[in-house]
Amino acid sequence: MTSPLQQKLKVTGPVVVTANRLGDGAVVYRSADGSWTKDLAAAAVVTTTPAAVDLLTAALADKLKAVDAYVAPVELTPQRVLPGNLRERIRFNGPTVALPGER
Amino acid sequence: MYIYDDFDRTLVDERVREFRDQVARRLSGELTEEEFKPLRLMNGVYLQLHAYMLRIAIPYGTLSSDQMRMLAHVARRYDRNYGHFTTRQNIQFNWIKLEELPDAMADLARAGLHGMQTSGNCVRNITTDQWAGVAPDEIEDPRIWAELLRQHLTLHPEFSFLPRKFKIALTASAHDRAAVKIHDIGLHMHRNGVGETGFEVMVGGGLGRTPFLGKTIKPFLPKRDLLSYVEAIMRTYNQYGRRDNIYKARIKILVHELGAEKFTREVEEEWQSIKDGALALDPTVVADIAARFRYPEYEALEDNPPELAQARADNRFRVWLDNSVANHKLAGYAIVTLSLKPAGGPPGDATAQQMDAIADLAERYSFGEIRVGHEQNLALPHVAQRDLPALWRSLEEIGVATPNVNLISDIIACPGLDYCSLANARSIPVAEEISRRFKDLDLARNLGRLHINISGCINACGHHHIGHIGILGVEKNGEEYYQVTIGGRADENAELGKILGPAVPYGEIADVVEDVAAAYLELRDRPGELFIDTVARVGVDPFKERVYAAR
Repeated sequence: MTSPLQQKLKVTGPVVVTANRLGDGAVVYRSADGSWTKDLAAAAVVTTTPAAVDLLTAALADKLKAVDAYVAPVELTPQRVLPGNLRERIRFNGPTVALPGER
Repeated sequence: MYIYDDFDRTLVDERVREFRDQVARRLSGELTEEEFKPLRLMNGVYLQLHAYMLRIAIPYGTLSSDQMRMLAHVARRYDRNYGHFTTRQNIQFNWIKLEELPDAMADLARAGLHGMQTSGNCVRNITTDQWAGVAPDEIEDPRIWAELLRQHLTLHPEFSFLPRKFKIALTASAHDRAAVKIHDIGLHMHRNGVGETGFEVMVGGGLGRTPFLGKTIKPFLPKRDLLSYVEAIMRTYNQYGRRDNIYKARIKILVHELGAEKFTREVEEEWQSIKDGALALDPTVVADIAARFRYPEYEALEDNPPELAQARADNRFRVWLDNSVANHKLAGYAIVTLSLKPAGGPPGDATAQQMDAIADLAERYSFGEIRVGHEQNLALPHVAQRDLPALWRSLEEIGVATPNVNLISDIIACPGLDYCSLANARSIPVAEEISRRFKDLDLARNLGRLHINISGCINACGHHHIGHIGILGVEKNGEEYYQVTIGGRADENAELGKILGPAVPYGEIADVVEDVAAAYLELRDRPGELFIDTVARVGVDPFKERVYAAR
């Protein structure tokens, strides 16, 4: 039987697995060695549905370091890995407005 | 101010100890996220896009200077130096760490502050008129009744697992400043034909994806029956409210699907069985609660003292006075609104430095009391008129004297996609851009009273349905679009706005607002006709024609 996870996931381009770090909520990405990193460039990038399911399954099995893991699109340039949509850009870069305490 | 007793303090302290233990068990792995999430939500802790968010209740919007200083301390020590006041008289901190939350909560508890029942499927912070106790048009202080409800409904075992969240608001003034018609229960105090004070009870109001205005199910409820009648409503909801579909779980859907008449019959039947029991309010209990509200020792003063008359010569002061200062129930005093809507700034945010300064100014000029309004502004409720010039200069120094209260740049906005994990589109930069466009106060004043409300998704935390101009952010093919409504209003004549036309992209939304404002200036029949009255008179179409003609 196909798991609900597999039914939902349909990968058509480069993706990463992202989550929030348990202790402080910071945005983190799953790396190829099974650790979590704040550096998107160090994230494992996959391009097929089975690879994304494997990456996400391993991430969700980690109950302690990160929460609410999911698959997010990225954009690959020759030099960099960039977040693939506005929501992910905001998660990666922070709010698009100056914070009041920093004005 | 309401003075908490030992019971309240013990309750809050016990909750901090309990939450500290729960956080430790989560961090050690003893609790899974699935087990921990409902526990953190019971304490107002959400996980947002970038970090955890802590929502703190400010019951009926009343804060002491000491409490404001504690909020400043939490902003400085545990967050990024600011907090966000919300449309439900709460404050949110957006960058708090789970590891530090127990310490932050312990600090807050020292000032009688907590996040209990600010999230989850329970009765949320009970809101009221931010001018309660000082408004000239109120018949009595509604906070006494809000406090009675708060005590009864805090950790009420029967109502801790409702089908969905539950919001109650009340007002005791003819002019509704608490938006009671968009709450699950709205209570409007008034006098009946023989001069007795009681409540009009409205049920089933709410916004979100299915907006409804509350329906009156009891035109006059005697005060003694407040708790029993609210209990009967909530029991009816708890029994029949849907739990199978989150989008149909609010009481507004139940009232709509059953019909107000049948719903009322169910409530009345339940009420008959409990109305004369333990919940019938004993006047001594009410008097005891009332006695715990401490009012200032006001001086006997005259209106329009010489200091005020003299200061009026300064045009900038006069503009602020006319805009941000309201009549107090006592001669010689005034209610001062502090605008948290600087041109080009995020609505409702205050820095730790501003909070500390406001706490000091409240102590010097307002008997140590501050109010939070659902419009995301603050107020000093007891300012002697002779002190207004000095207070104005101090408020100017800290950037909270922008004379734009109730004008087009006094925008209500949710945090939107810049913070919120539910949002589809950004709200704050839209609000900032609109407020920059209307920075010219002559232009804003010419437009008169005009409320803009912005929500970054259909959940409607920015109350866009009841904005004179409402803006809803949606996503279309990965891009932010904004749907505009006009003609909504939140007061005693509450209305839901009507859609103006097709949604426009992010880059055009401020232009559309400018076009709506220009259309209003053309369409109004005289300079004094308010935007909302023009829309009511001419309808949406003339606005639509003008705004969309060039698009």
